[in-house]
Amino acid sequence: MNNKKLQFWAPWILLVIILALWQTICTVFKVSEFIFPSPLRIASQTWEFKEVILGHAWRTYWVTMVGFGIAIVVGVLLGFVVGSSRMAYAAVYPLMTAFNALPKAAFVPILVVWFGIGIGPAVLTAFLICFFPIMVNIATGLATLEPELEDVLRVLGAKRWDVLVKVGLPRSMPYFYGSLKVAITLAFVGTTVSEMTAANEGIGYLLISAGSSMQMGLAFSGLVVVGAMAMLMYELFSYIEKHTTQWAHRSSNNE
Amino acid sequence: MPQNDTATAFVDFSDVWLAYNDELLAKKQYAVEAIDLKVKQGEFIAIVGPSGCGKSTFMKLATGLKMPSIGKILIDGQAVTGPLKISGMAFQAPSLLPWRTTLDNVLLPLEIVEPYRSNFKAKRKEYAARAIKLLDSVGLAGYGDKFPWQLSGGMQQRASICRALIHEPKMLLLDEPFGALDAFTREELWCILRDLWMVQKFNVILVTHDLRESVFLADTVYVMSKSPGRFVVKKEIDLPRPRDLEVTYTKEFSDIVHELRGHIGAIRKTAAIA
Repeated sequence: MNNKKLQFWAPWILLVIILALWQTICTVFKVSEFIFPSPLRIASQTWEFKEVILGHAWRTYWVTMVGFGIAIVVGVLLGFVVGSSRMAYAAVYPLMTAFNALPKAAFVPILVVWFGIGIGPAVLTAFLICFFPIMVNIATGLATLEPELEDVLRVLGAKRWDVLVKVGLPRSMPYFYGSLKVAITLAFVGTTVSEMTAANEGIGYLLISAGSSMQMGLAFSGLVVVGAMAMLMYELFSYIEKHTTQWAHRSSNNE
Repeated sequence: MPQNDTATAFVDFSDVWLAYNDELLAKKQYAVEAIDLKVKQGEFIAIVGPSGCGKSTFMKLATGLKMPSIGKILIDGQAVTGPLKISGMAFQAPSLLPWRTTLDNVLLPLEIVEPYRSNFKAKRKEYAARAIKLLDSVGLAGYGDKFPWQLSGGMQQRASICRALIHEPKMLLLDEPFGALDAFTREELWCILRDLWMVQKFNVILVTHDLRESVFLADTVYVMSKSPGRFVVKKEIDLPRPRDLEVTYTKEFSDIVHELRGHIGAIRKTAAIA
């Protein structure tokens, strides 16, 4: 096996090693399945409850995607405004940083008061937690134009808008896709956290109800499913990123 | 200054001073001072001086990107009131856009400047042909479809100069365009610039700190001093044209370079004392 192939399989190999180690520890030390289930137990529970899990997973998935979709729209628009005007940057950035430091889980009770139990709080928590990286990355991409290039265009009579559209936006695309990868994983965190207290459906709800009925295997299945969904979406965006902004990844291919 | 001299000048600075903001203006700290300059139509001038002497500021004034605090600038007989579309600029960094092919990079100004902008879509083919011709003339035939990052530094700089020339400007401003290139590539590009200029006879303002470069290319070399940023020496280079690279090894050539070097040395010494 050459080095490249090995690199491709490395995460899977590591996963298998971890699972084997986990299983061994549980078997050798006879750890109670109620406290800390073994991978085999989790697998069998997942299979047993596959329909229930699938239902909750689907709910979490689409709720997350809605929140994420709103975050893209809002994040891009805000990022555009913040990145294209120095005044907006000065005004918005400190407040946004303060906002970003707040734990988004703390918003859930407030959102429940406003929107009730259900998809409202989940969508909004997902949105709140993940629009920030998108905004920051778009703004950074726009704000870091080379001054010389701006001069070259300005002397030709280019308006701000021309510079933004011809140079700023394409330039911030790699930042944008990079931020989507981060944001999608955060969005799953937001949805799950919100569902734990403010929903009767979704993986977060499943985690809580499985925990309270001491079905640890099922609770772990829930975690595995969220992790798997987040990873799949991450890989999807990383694939899109590589194939749309190839110019920014040139060192890895043709040079 | 006699009246007719002013009338024929293409670039005409009369007693121009610039402070970057009101605060500096109040303190009378000027980036450039008392600049008087008359450049004939089609003349190639070079500005040399120590770094930080306001050479780049001068470029901003000449293109209308900055307005003088005091004094008046006429370009092509018109008072400068804003960015001058008849100028093209290139800098030390080629700053080509990596997501555009070389050809599309060269075409970029036409997407922005009038009158090309309004009919760019309709006449794209014609403009592309023009850009390809320009690329051919700087030795980039066949590289139009390549991306900038697939080109060498020298090739990128050639493309950058093509981008500055695509809208057929009357004035080309170059800010240390060859500073980042190796010596051989640099001399190659001197010749390319010389040939482009000989054919099209646009005005060139070349900012550089390579004295050999300035003497080889320019009709007139101006030496700038640092703080205050003033033009202290004007030297007409009467080496016959067309000039070949061989000329740089003649005694006349090195005498001029030597003389200019003396001026720069004097400036640096006084600056160090002050």
